Amino acid sequence: MAQGLPGVTAEAERADTGRPRVVRVRGLTKRFGERTVLDGVDLDIARGEFVALLGRSGSGKSTLLRALAGLDDATGGELSVDGTVAVAFQEPRLVPWKRVRANVALGLRVPDPRAAADKALAEVGLTERGGAWPLTLSGGEAQRASLARALVREPDLLLLDEPFSALDALTRITMHRLVLDLWERHRPGILLVTHDVDEALLLADRVLVLDGGRIAHESRVDLDRPRHRDHPDLTALRAALLAQLGVTTDEGTA
Amino acid sequence: MSTSVSSPSSLARAPGRARAVPGFARRRRAALARLVAPLALLVVWQLASGAGLLSERQLAAPTAIASTALDLIRDGTLTDAIAVSVRRAAAGFALGAAAGIGLAVAAGLSRLGEHAVDPLMQMLRALPLFGLIPLFILWFGIGETPKVALVALGVAFPLYLNTFSGIRGVDGKLAEVAEVLRLGRWGLVRHIVLPGALPQALVGLRQSLGVAWLALIVAEQINASSGLGFMINNAREFLRTDVVVLGLVVYAALGLLTDALVRLLERRALTWRKGFPV
Repeated sequence: MAQGLPGVTAEAERADTGRPRVVRVRGLTKRFGERTVLDGVDLDIARGEFVALLGRSGSGKSTLLRALAGLDDATGGELSVDGTVAVAFQEPRLVPWKRVRANVALGLRVPDPRAAADKALAEVGLTERGGAWPLTLSGGEAQRASLARALVREPDLLLLDEPFSALDALTRITMHRLVLDLWERHRPGILLVTHDVDEALLLADRVLVLDGGRIAHESRVDLDRPRHRDHPDLTALRAALLAQLGVTTDEGTA
Repeated sequence: MSTSVSSPSSLARAPGRARAVPGFARRRRAALARLVAPLALLVVWQLASGAGLLSERQLAAPTAIASTALDLIRDGTLTDAIAVSVRRAAAGFALGAAAGIGLAVAAGLSRLGEHAVDPLMQMLRALPLFGLIPLFILWFGIGETPKVALVALGVAFPLYLNTFSGIRGVDGKLAEVAEVLRLGRWGLVRHIVLPGALPQALVGLRQSLGVAWLALIVAEQINASSGLGFMINNAREFLRTDVVVLGLVVYAALGLLTDALVRLLERRALTWRKGFPV
């Protein structure tokens, strides 16, 4: 791995010097025909670091995540992921003809996949639902099963593609706690793609804003968790981030 | 205040339970009501035969058919004929199903397979199945082969078309899940593609079984020295309408039986579907 290149942001350097990296992206571009979605993205994620990626819809957040997941090839630039990757998608994408436990154990290469799946289901509070069919689960349960399926692989990098956006507000709060809890226990590097500024501020070590095909803004959040959304530091950050996203600060400070 | 809170829920529950019992009774009454018309027809048929309005040469009486059935079961004629016909249907079905499903998987899993298989299948599908009988007789003679081949050909197309479209209809998002979970090519086929195509393939199975019996009946009418078709043709020579009707009833019963088997299979295999009646 090459050391800091010219043009790397100061914060990225800081991530370099701390813990070893799990993700290193330099000058990543992605074009769909004439349209340039990613235009030279630089990104580092340290081992065990929780990074949130904000952006308006169509800003290329999901494109970047899909490139990291190995689902799409980039048009240009460098991308390396050092370790194993797991993904939880916006829709839980459970395989409907496999029971929840079999979904979690799917493709798992350990001596006893069933026991590993049961342990993961217990961690997300779904012990009782291991034998259920996915289509009988509530939205929150399905998303927890999807998290269990990702975590049971003990990934070095966990990619979360707006996994809470389809959930109701109360379920979302529970899921935030669960994700933090799981992250603190397993310490994967996390890239959380979201359009919810509060979600990013409550969860992440570092919040990035993707705009115009590149990382346009970066904020560190050095507060202890659990965080309260009314914390004065967060209020200021929220206003700054909303401004970056093109929302007037009236909403942010209100 | 507390009563006003509790009363709506008790009100809401009471009518639900009150409706459940009459609903069940109504369904049973409806099932019985559906039996009335067929039974009435049988009675009228029997009376008409008894009164001499229907001659035995036109249509034998239900009781005559029933007693003929007992006779033919006792002397083994009927059971032998059924065994021969079922064996033909089974052999033709097995061949046709293997071909139809095999080709659908080959065409469904790759563009190359699709280009190689699909145009040919779409062309052959347009040929009239029973129009092929003269060719089959020229090619295969008049033994078992043309009958089995006709059934196989009839079975292959509905299974091919439905399985192929079932495979292509599998959610691409689940294919991405397979990729992210590193299932590999075979894992994708085994865990995602084939189970995903199953509901549509089962529709094809039901269609193909219908075609299988129809093809068998036609094939057995044309030339046969054994089986249900032979029994019916033979009976026609001797003006035995009781045996002819009996043969038709047995064909119908066999068709209903295989259809019920597929429905049972659907119930077992598709329990994962939300709201599927188990």
